[in-house]
Amino acid sequence: MSDDVTAHVEGDPAQDLGTGVPQARWPLYEVFVRGKRGLNHVHVGSLHAPDDTMALHNARNLYTRRNEGVSIWVVRGDAITASSPDEKDPFFAPAGDKVYRHPTFYDIPDSVPHL
Amino acid sequence: MADETTRLATAAGPDGTTDVPEHLRRELEEAFERTVGSEGRVEPRDWMPEGYRKTLIRQVAQHAHSEIIGMQPEGNWILRAPSLRRKAILLAKVQDEAGHGLYLYSATETLGVDRGELTAKLISSKQKYSSIFNYPTLTFADIGVIGWLVDGAAICNQVPLCRSSYGPYARAMVRICKEESFHQRQGFELLRTLMAGTEAQRAMVQDAVDRWWWPSLMMFGPADGDSPNTQQSMAWRIKRHTNDELRQRYVDMSVPQAEALGVTFPDPELRWNAERGSYDFGAIDWDEFTAVVKGAGPCNAQRLAHRRAAHENGQWVRDAASAYAAKQEARRREGVAA
Ligand SMILES: [Fe+2]
Ligand SMILES: [Fe+2]
Repeated sequence: MSDDVTAHVEGDPAQDLGTGVPQARWPLYEVFVRGKRGLNHVHVGSLHAPDDTMALHNARNLYTRRNEGVSIWVVRGDAITASSPDEKDPFFAPAGDKVYRHPTFYDIPDSVPHL
Repeated sequence: MADETTRLATAAGPDGTTDVPEHLRRELEEAFERTVGSEGRVEPRDWMPEGYRKTLIRQVAQHAHSEIIGMQPEGNWILRAPSLRRKAILLAKVQDEAGHGLYLYSATETLGVDRGELTAKLISSKQKYSSIFNYPTLTFADIGVIGWLVDGAAICNQVPLCRSSYGPYARAMVRICKEESFHQRQGFELLRTLMAGTEAQRAMVQDAVDRWWWPSLMMFGPADGDSPNTQQSMAWRIKRHTNDELRQRYVDMSVPQAEALGVTFPDPELRWNAERGSYDFGAIDWDEFTAVVKGAGPCNAQRLAHRRAAHENGQWVRDAASAYAAKQEARRREGVAA
């Protein structure tokens, strides 16, 4: 207790300001940050916000306190379509048997330069 | 990356797994064990055992709550910081702790819980936070000692968790650990400044060290013999070392730092053991630990009352933001219709 001599406690904790007001849940936003020019935006985490503008401001405060970014995207989670982990194998299978898409598939003599 | 996002809409979910037929379930379990056993990462929408999910939620939520409650003992000194430089540093540090809490709440949400629900559990004492924050900060030297010893212990605990098997938790820890180094260094620098001051200032530092040393050792949790869940958590790779291993590492790191600073730890049994290549130290007062965990610490009631008041007094701000968002949205729709 003794350490709170100048401390806050604004208002009476017994006062129940919160009840009776149905709290609508703020949507979830996923946050993507471009670390510096020349790099892609990378997913860094998520947050909740009432609207897009607040989401952007909160993302700035939360994920770029030390110049971690030059650009931020916020995207509502429900706007993202993702592949399902269950269909992992069949979904990515088309890429699996096409080794000829890789440069190492082709046999070229070492003596041929710049290839 | 997007798999973290759509979890709420499409995840097999915490209970979606119950109707999985037995043979399939065993297959899933084996795949999970293989991933974890080979240092792979579990990602949000992967199948995971219920125990793993529950243990993680508890562990990460408790960690998040600790960051949030941890703002209080230091926040109380922002207005009393002795210079603008110290005030700016302390403000930045406390703001970081809020950020740590939010990174971790964000990680828990990938496990299918809502952070509002976690806040409700914190303020109704259904979930815990680190006991260290139930001790009072009596002088400004406490701010330095918290940075040095308390953040130091947190770093010791957290660095190995950057390799936790659960992807979102591990990534949050990487971010947190990067920021913690500033916390510890500013604390140590603050103490060095005081130690270069007057006799009274040096005494203030020693007094703060005397009060915080034992509680900081308790931050690593019960002795290994009294920590029944450790083995399972280690097998799941959501804990990487036992409590006693980490505690020993912390003691070994801290003693030379105390010498550099010119303070002593309040433990007559603390001495170098050449055979073990480590410092021996005295017995921890586990009765005190248990009492503080159960709510009898000097500040438990105050910390929770303050958190509850902050939450309740912030309700009108949240309501106003929601109302504004709704109004903007309605206007946008009207505009579209017209
Ligand atoms: Fe922290
Ligand atoms: Fe910290």
